[in-house]
Amino acid sequence: MAVIIFFIFVVFVIGLSLYLGNRAKTSSGYYAAGGKIHWSVNGIAFAGDYLSAASFLGICGMIATVGYDGFLYSIGYLAGWIVALFVVAEPMKRLGKYTFTDALDANYNSRGIKLFAAISTLIVSICYLIPQMVGAGVLVEPLLGIPHAWGVIMVGAIVITIVATAGMASTTYVQFLKGTLLIIFSSVLVGAVLIRGLSTQPDQGGKVPFYQYTNLEATMSGDQFQVSEPGWTVLEQASLKSGLEFVKMEHEGLEGWWYLYEHDGVLTLKETQSVVFKGNEKWINGAPESVDNELRQVSNLEQIRGEENVNTGRLGIFEFLATLTDKDTIVRTWKNASFVSEGGDKVTVYYPKEVSGDKIMRPGLKFKVEGTPLERIDFLSLMLALFLGTAALPHILIRYYTVPNPASARKSTIVAIAAIGFFYILTLFMGLGAMTNGVINPADNNMSAPLLARSFGEMLFAIISAIAFATILGTVSGLIVAASGAIAHDLFDRYFKIKMDDRQKVNAGKISAFVVGGIAILLGILFKGMNVSFLVGLAFAVAASANLPAIIMLLFWKKTTAKGIAASIIVGIVVSLGMIALSPELFSLYGLSPLDAPIPLSNPGIVSIPLSFITLVVVSLLTPKKGIIKA
Amino acid sequence: MLHEPATPSGKDPARLYKVRLGIWMFSFYALFYAGFVAINLISPQTMGVIIFFGLNLATVYGFALIIVALLEALVYDAMCRKKEAELEKKGKKKHLKSNTKKKGKS
Repeated sequence: MAVIIFFIFVVFVIGLSLYLGNRAKTSSGYYAAGGKIHWSVNGIAFAGDYLSAASFLGICGMIATVGYDGFLYSIGYLAGWIVALFVVAEPMKRLGKYTFTDALDANYNSRGIKLFAAISTLIVSICYLIPQMVGAGVLVEPLLGIPHAWGVIMVGAIVITIVATAGMASTTYVQFLKGTLLIIFSSVLVGAVLIRGLSTQPDQGGKVPFYQYTNLEATMSGDQFQVSEPGWTVLEQASLKSGLEFVKMEHEGLEGWWYLYEHDGVLTLKETQSVVFKGNEKWINGAPESVDNELRQVSNLEQIRGEENVNTGRLGIFEFLATLTDKDTIVRTWKNASFVSEGGDKVTVYYPKEVSGDKIMRPGLKFKVEGTPLERIDFLSLMLALFLGTAALPHILIRYYTVPNPASARKSTIVAIAAIGFFYILTLFMGLGAMTNGVINPADNNMSAPLLARSFGEMLFAIISAIAFATILGTVSGLIVAASGAIAHDLFDRYFKIKMDDRQKVNAGKISAFVVGGIAILLGILFKGMNVSFLVGLAFAVAASANLPAIIMLLFWKKTTAKGIAASIIVGIVVSLGMIALSPELFSLYGLSPLDAPIPLSNPGIVSIPLSFITLVVVSLLTPKKGIIKA
Repeated sequence: MLHEPATPSGKDPARLYKVRLGIWMFSFYALFYAGFVAINLISPQTMGVIIFFGLNLATVYGFALIIVALLEALVYDAMCRKKEAELEKKGKKKHLKSNTKKKGKS
């Protein structure tokens, strides 16, 4: 069923692109859909463009595993639209033609601005493309049963077809369609979650029996470690630097890793799940991997308001949230740890951790707001980048050129705020629904929303998966239009001044779309396994650092000069990318210890954004200009 | 301007009014957002305080940030449209007057 709906959608989207192909014969048609899109369609298309894999797959996955901290992304992403509406929307429409660079350069005709704004557009678009392509692979892998890499290649090929056939026109309607379907069916999914209610033994509507994990008591006599229950043999003990202790035990011929937990002097062994690589062989939970032996989906409520074995039945919106907020509601969340065993096996253990509802429903599980000053600064830095990043994303800004006038730009932004705001409220319910229904894949939380849908039946899973796929198509299309515009329009046409007639300009855009699409495919394969919302957060930091200071100062400071703008873009890009490359998160990706990272912050915005502003002011004062800005 | 926009738009007499209004409304929202971040940093425990219907401050404030954004957007649009209509009406009157004067002179 899922495969059929998926292919119907793909055929429809490609058919639509071919049909709209006639509208992309001119530069204006290809890059800006002729500037004739109605504001209401553009508003929903904004939502379709913006609600990417990060929003749907990443945020839901993050809420499902760390609760409210994932919702912080929803809040920050939405708040950013305020900057877009009140500060950027109308002036951008008034100044620009096809690309973000056009608007920045409108009053200067500076080669520096053209070059660096185009480079910035390319970097931000590629940073944003990576998580979308990672999401594509994650989604297509279980849906069609093909490897991650082939999923990424397939998505890349479809998107290149969409963009190359009809540019912004087809991109707009794909985004409109996707935005509409996403909001409607996410509402249906949230309705289903509320009707099912909460249970301490979720069984996915009777389809998957609830698995009760075992706890064993243990004692220490001298150096000897003993399990109270007979029949268990301790084989190995692994003590990690982080203080975590895991014990390998054998029982009735089956080996497995257990989490050793001490509370009030009582030792408990908690059953875990494990993935062990013995050479090239992958073992899951003590047996070789097979179709019948995969990691079990996890996460459930241990207690609801202090009681076990409870099924609440249907709940209202507030009742659902209030039940989860209760300090006596206990959630069994899952974490993971990796190490090498004594025998040289690479082991990843997924172990349970009980967290009370009051901690789940406020910040702190991921972002250590009660932690060290540095951890708090990291949180502040993230919230700053999310707030300031939206209005600086080139693929969002180019949507302002598809409507006829500045008033339409304003109105479409308001429609976008309504649609996006509503969807972000839904993410909290979808994420918490996944957390409490035992549907999280412990190895990859990005699929939490589609897997939640599957617990309600194959039909809803098929539709939600197809929409998630559409989500990626819509956003990637917009990103490729923005990036191809930067190459063909900003660089070839305006920076290098290569003489091209209108038809050649469109062809240059199409060829650029192929190149950018190819790069996106490659990066999507390389970055497999990263949380997509985290990666998008970084794209926001680069956009907020490289582009926003230039936009704001161009509009509000008359002394802004072309050299000031170019310098601030360079500083924003270099500092934000440099800090990300040397951050703890990226050190983990390199296979190094995060503790060795020279930059202790994961989010660079708090340093790179002010630095970019300061650079613009200083360079502008040092290079005074003659002209006057008109915004 | 060194190159034309995709679709030319006429002169906007309400531009300055909208810029000023936008800055005010942005400032208000920025303060509201900063309040949320500040509570998290200064007194994270406060985010767990139950406000109403069993919902804590984190949930209530988070939803409020989304809802206030939409309300502000609607107010902004209504005020912009009112000013645009008002100035357009004035412009038409002025145009009509100058036309009548010109006709009178001729």
